[in-house]
Amino acid sequence: MSALNGLAIRAIYRFEMARFGRTLMQSLISPVISTALYFVVFGAAIGGHLQDVGGVPYGAFIVPGLIMLSLLTQSISNASFGIYFPKFTGTIYELLSAPVSYVEITLAYVGAAATNSVILGLVILSTAAVIVPLQIAHPLWMLSFLVLTAVTFSLAGFIIGVWADGFEKLQVIPLLIVTPLTFLGGSFYSIDMLPPFWRTVSLFNPVVYLISGFRWSFQGASDVAIGVSLAMTLAFLAVFLAAVAWIFRTGYKLKA
Amino acid sequence: MSPIIAIRGLSKTCASGFHALDAVDLDIRPGEIFAPLGPNGAGKTTLISIICGIVTPTSGSVSVDGHDIITDFRAARTLIGLVPQELHTDAFETVWATVSFSRGLFGRRANPAHIERVLRDLALWDKKDSMIRTLSGGIKRRLLIAKALSHEPRVLFLDEPTAGVDVELRRDMWALVRRLRASGVTIILTTHYIEEAEEMADRIGVISKGELVIVEEKAALMRKLGRKQLTLQLPQPLAAVPPALSGWQLALAKGGNELIYTFDASEAEDDSRGIAALLRGLGEAGVHYRDLHTRQSSLEDIFVELVSDRQAGGMPGPAQRNPA
Ligand SMILES: Nc1ncnc2c1ncn2[C@@H]1O[C@H](COP(=O)(O)OP(=O)(O)OP(=O)(O)O)[C@@H](O)[C@H]1O
Ligand SMILES: [Mg+2]
Repeated sequence: MSALNGLAIRAIYRFEMARFGRTLMQSLISPVISTALYFVVFGAAIGGHLQDVGGVPYGAFIVPGLIMLSLLTQSISNASFGIYFPKFTGTIYELLSAPVSYVEITLAYVGAAATNSVILGLVILSTAAVIVPLQIAHPLWMLSFLVLTAVTFSLAGFIIGVWADGFEKLQVIPLLIVTPLTFLGGSFYSIDMLPPFWRTVSLFNPVVYLISGFRWSFQGASDVAIGVSLAMTLAFLAVFLAAVAWIFRTGYKLKA
Repeated sequence: MSPIIAIRGLSKTCASGFHALDAVDLDIRPGEIFAPLGPNGAGKTTLISIICGIVTPTSGSVSVDGHDIITDFRAARTLIGLVPQELHTDAFETVWATVSFSRGLFGRRANPAHIERVLRDLALWDKKDSMIRTLSGGIKRRLLIAKALSHEPRVLFLDEPTAGVDVELRRDMWALVRRLRASGVTIILTTHYIEEAEEMADRIGVISKGELVIVEEKAALMRKLGRKQLTLQLPQPLAAVPPALSGWQLALAKGGNELIYTFDASEAEDDSRGIAALLRGLGEAGVHYRDLHTRQSSLEDIFVELVSDRQAGGMPGPAQRNPA
């Protein structure tokens, strides 16, 4: 096959970024507001009465978890909506009839959704920095985890968007799986605080590793070893890539 | 001349087991206007969708200018512009943005001058900054044509482009299609307005129940399958056709006041069976007539006949001809 159709990737990417621009309220401002509310309630109001966690004030402790919470849900919803909507309106005919490969379609949609999520993550981080004292031990790692997670879960969102054949299905996975796993994945607590049984159960929650790794990049300490976190994140990426590859091979839900 | 599109044994069986397309073989010639005709559900859109990459064929192959649509899809699709039957458009983009997007999607560098030309050609220029959802149906249809032309395709598929389009706009579209053809673009045009095909098409393919029933030059098709009718008004009603005239296929109508001769192109050219011979024969038999007129079947008559014969299970009707 010939080289990538870069112009097509750019066209789709720009189209998606323009869409995000139009829905700035939905895709940027509302997560920022809800995150800010978390900080005020858990960080400033309640957190003031809580002990430090591992030497970190509670308000600062929850920052990485909150960013991850938004990053995961927004990556999934952006990317799933991006590919689902053309299926819904029928404009997908153009994508399917264009000289673009599935790889290019995925790169463009996932790239745009991930870009948007990374921007969102950084905006939330800045919001947090205004409210709570913040330090970032490993900025480069922090950024790497941010990008890696955004890409990985945008890919997951893309898969959901391809699979979904109704708006409910678009909502169901983020709502029933991702949000609970993120809340129970140590966003608001260290899993070391849990009784041993529940700590063990938590280790089956994949989101624990994402949050733990991300938190390590801020605080230099974490629930699980950083290597394990990184490996788990990459494992997610590999699983989703395999799923996408399978969709490509079969034309699953995209073509009759 | 090698075909611009070569279709071989193309079939599509839907998940339900329904044969939407059945072993279609077809060559489309470069620069022609080809019109696939057929009743609703015949498989026209399915055929187009397979060539354009929207539907996966069950078996068979298609190549566009020598490029296989699956193994060499990039080269094949670059040559193709598609205007779908349904009005699938974005809502919140502007006309300019969506047409420019299409060009990029097909791997072409931005070319504002070309986009401007296309928009002006389709009388969309004054709408270039309008949001798509504010456009009327007919204008959206033109917008889809503009998107399809944005990347300068060599083959253009128009799936019922004039459905729900007013008379004036239809004439404009015909003019545009002719201009495109003159510039060397091959056009595949489906329509339910048979007179549109009669007006525009170089060749016609009739599809019925997923099968390609006949492919023929429009003129040849009309000559071969078209029938002529000579009607003679008689001053005195006849009770029966005089035996002396049994050499012609004659029928009486209107209570014996009209004598009708139905014939085809070969009979018309036959000296012993044509109109002149009949009129001589009438004179010899002493049958007088007051007035006469002839009528030629339209493409629509031919089409209806072809399709209804097939719908009736292929039983040869009284007017059945062997197209081969
Ligand atoms: N995905 C599908 N699953 C089941 N049946 C299908 C599918 N796609 C098309 N069909 C059937 O295949 C047949 C051919 O459809 P197609 O849209 O090609 O017809 P058409 O000739 O374009 O008709 P029209 O003139 O109404 O546009 C129809 O009976 C349709 O219901
Ligand atoms: Mg159709």
